[in-house]
Amino acid sequence: MEHIVIIGNGISGVTAARHIRKNSDKKITIISAETDYFFSRTALMYVYMGHMKFEHTQPYEPWFWKKNRINLKKRFVSKVTSNSNEIEFSNGEKLSYDKLIIATGSKPNKFGWPGQDLDGVMGMYHKQDLEKLEKYAHNNTVCKRAVIVGGGLIGIELAEMLHSRHIPVTFLVREDSFWNGVLPKGESAMINREIISSGIDLRLGVNLKEIKEDKNGKVKSIVILETGEEITCDVVGLTAGVSPNIDFLRASGIEIGRGVKVNRFLETNLKDIYAIGDCAEQHEAIDQRRPIEAVWYTGRMMGETVAQTICKNKIEYKPGHWFNSAKFIDIEYQTYGWVWAQTKENEARFYWEHADGNKCIHINYDKTTREFIGINNFGIRMRHEFFDRILNEKQSVDYVLEHLADANFDPEFYKLYEPEIIAKFNNENNTNIQLKKKSWKRIFSKA
Amino acid sequence: MKAVKQTGLVVFLLGIAIFIGTIFTGSFSLTQAELDTFVQEKGYKSEIIKGELSKAIVTNEDLNIFAFSSRVINAYQVSNNHYDALIAKYDAEKNWDKKGQQYQYKIYGKLHSLSFTLAKKAGNGLPADSPVFMWFLTFGLAILGALLFIIPDVVLLGKPGIKNNGIFLNAATNRGWIGWFTFIFLVTFYILLYFYPDLIVNWVYLVDPISKNLSGGEASQWFLYGFLYCTVMTVMAVRMYIKYRHNKYQILRTTSVLFFQVVFAFLIPEILVRFEKPWYDFKNAFPLDYDFFFKWNLDELLSSGGFGLFILVWGVILTIIVVPVMVYFFGKRWYCSWVCGCGGLAETLGDPYRQNSSKTLLSWRFERIIIHTVLIFVLVMTGFALYTFFSGANEVIGIKTQTIQDIYGFLIGAVFAGVIGTGFYPIFGNRVWCRFGCPLAAYLGFIQRFKSRFRITTNGGQCISCGNCSTYCEQGIDVRAYAQKGENIIRSSCVGCGVCSAVCPRGVLKLENGPEEGRINPTDVLLGNDVDLMKLVNNK
Repeated sequence: MEHIVIIGNGISGVTAARHIRKNSDKKITIISAETDYFFSRTALMYVYMGHMKFEHTQPYEPWFWKKNRINLKKRFVSKVTSNSNEIEFSNGEKLSYDKLIIATGSKPNKFGWPGQDLDGVMGMYHKQDLEKLEKYAHNNTVCKRAVIVGGGLIGIELAEMLHSRHIPVTFLVREDSFWNGVLPKGESAMINREIISSGIDLRLGVNLKEIKEDKNGKVKSIVILETGEEITCDVVGLTAGVSPNIDFLRASGIEIGRGVKVNRFLETNLKDIYAIGDCAEQHEAIDQRRPIEAVWYTGRMMGETVAQTICKNKIEYKPGHWFNSAKFIDIEYQTYGWVWAQTKENEARFYWEHADGNKCIHINYDKTTREFIGINNFGIRMRHEFFDRILNEKQSVDYVLEHLADANFDPEFYKLYEPEIIAKFNNENNTNIQLKKKSWKRIFSKA
Repeated sequence: MKAVKQTGLVVFLLGIAIFIGTIFTGSFSLTQAELDTFVQEKGYKSEIIKGELSKAIVTNEDLNIFAFSSRVINAYQVSNNHYDALIAKYDAEKNWDKKGQQYQYKIYGKLHSLSFTLAKKAGNGLPADSPVFMWFLTFGLAILGALLFIIPDVVLLGKPGIKNNGIFLNAATNRGWIGWFTFIFLVTFYILLYFYPDLIVNWVYLVDPISKNLSGGEASQWFLYGFLYCTVMTVMAVRMYIKYRHNKYQILRTTSVLFFQVVFAFLIPEILVRFEKPWYDFKNAFPLDYDFFFKWNLDELLSSGGFGLFILVWGVILTIIVVPVMVYFFGKRWYCSWVCGCGGLAETLGDPYRQNSSKTLLSWRFERIIIHTVLIFVLVMTGFALYTFFSGANEVIGIKTQTIQDIYGFLIGAVFAGVIGTGFYPIFGNRVWCRFGCPLAAYLGFIQRFKSRFRITTNGGQCISCGNCSTYCEQGIDVRAYAQKGENIIRSSCVGCGVCSAVCPRGVLKLENGPEEGRINPTDVLLGNDVDLMKLVNNK
């Protein structure tokens, strides 16, 4: 029986294992050094915040793995020897494979800051980071102030986490507005306001110079590069992005760039070795996507795809239209298609913001053809299927606005803003778009 | 604000402490004249009960309720034992005539209920003599304290939004010591209410003035329960309004259950009694209202003229037509979390405990076995009751209808729905009864599962498997298991509380009513992936 070995028990590796099991009888082993069972990394924040217990982050009960004959092994892989089809663990033990899937995910970036390895300095990525956080930032007596370095999704999550335990937080962001490499101006400004109004000390346009230690080797303070200001703190969170977790592959002969280089079939340069998820790097970016995508659902999709290939149904990895979501403290965010931070030459934009400053939509479309390109929605939920269909059918912005009621995914009885949105669009563009009534038939019809 | 909250907690606990302490106060005794009237009203044939009761409770001694209760019960037992001994004696002598005569002297019925009736006449002391004053010291302080504890959350919780911070770090909501104390308190309360009403007669005194104003009569322990139920729901609804003030679905739903509880389950029935009509809760549908087809109820309705007949017809229509039609259009949520009283308490008092329901596959198995057993039980029992009603026979295939009704009333009506159903909130989550026991929920569940427009739609591929939805599902549904596969959630047990949708950080879930076609959408590969792969895998 063919033995499939998967390194990494995150969403990519586990999805691959599940789909291989669905389609075959192969022997499957998943290896992880982090945890016994698969858990949802994105939910770690809720454990610290007390919304959940760690076991709630595990989507499958422990019996699931045995029932589906998926072997779990808690080991640290130190080496892959491809010519003998073997992997070696840090304790010297070896395991042979017929096919190997590398799904080791990411690790937090560190940019060589002085003091970055002190006690009390941590990323927010692994389960072990959560444990460290419980130790160094258990409450606001143990941790009188925390400083977070890096203004991305993990940074704002960590700020929200610490804030939930009433720990004062200073949030250092290199850009002059939060996440403005991704978010256009209006949205980015909205999140700046959300962070500040939640009581977090947001510092925009600043860099970390160094982290200073006390006499016990623990963090004492940080210094800001631009101003030289020293901020006393007990915890420093480094959340300046992530990069593929592939150091153990350096001598393996597997081609490596920033991540493990793969083709569209998720194959590496070596036969029978595949890479999926955050650690995989496409030779050439697919559509407008980045070569490395550290996103939950792309990991899942790569797992689904590689499982087909391994089960004799060789298939290309073809992610569909871009979409994503996040939550910035109390503001939910979804996006379908592309709304770049900067407007491109062929693009026209429409931005509507609610008077309360906590909701907005931002639509991107082609100036000349009026084809819909993408939407950002903040504080209003939208239907994925609707926009997926719109993008497949290359519908126009006018069509989208006309059918905006079909797209709305907010809970029942929520106030609807479509008339206000369309009125603004008509006003700005001299159009006469009429909102169509929501139609279950359209919403649920299979295109 | 924090200080206000803490003060509120102290005031609340003080109110509760006085409330509990009230049980131990007062002194209970009857005059001979009062006792004579009682015995006459009851029409006891026993020749010794009057003497025994007189010895026991016509006294100048200062009896508290415990001493009073045990003396009354002893008196009844002495009387019954006396005749039991005679029965045994004549039995041994084979004197069948004499033996047969003795049975009429025996006194049947629940002894603690008889003791309650006597105690209600016998009380002296603060609760009995100054019920209004004592009401303010107990109910008044507890309500005030609770509100002072709850209302500062408008500020303390921060901006509107999901604020579940610290729920699993708090001993009250994480099965910690406060949770266990609450559990013991609730279970004790229900045991006293159902099985030892005489011991809480002082609490009943507190609500006498309210009862007299509403129905014109004195309060029973059930009036106390109804009043307490409405009070607790109202106070905890304030908490819901604050916690979910960003979520209109939750606000409307809370208002709806509160309205139906206070108006339909409490005010209307009491007012009906005032006009000498049968006590009836118009929204309480059979088989949750399990004694609707009992002979005594049908007899009462049929003897109440046109109005009784109207109730009878309405009760049947409610169960056979209104309930299934509404479930077809809106799912069972229209009843379970918009109308029902049990649901109402679960969604207000129980909301802080929703995360404690078990999500394991094993508990789902138990759930299906237990709830459907209760449904079969209630249907068989109702068959017996109707047979007895129409044929007049007390027995069906050698089993007494009364016996089976008593067993159901005790096991399901009192122990399951009350003691376990509510008492276990802090341990097993707030829908223990609705999830494992309620036969109406089982019936609605069938319709919701097989013939309904209701579903929880999963928003394509947006799910990140975080597990908030499953954690906060009071019915113990593993919502995530469906959402992460892109499947809609179609489960008979879903009561449509809408909290999974509320707590989802990625906008993945939406409760909605749409066409039946495509309601159940099995998917192996999720939306967002390569269209070819989705077709290949999903349409095979």
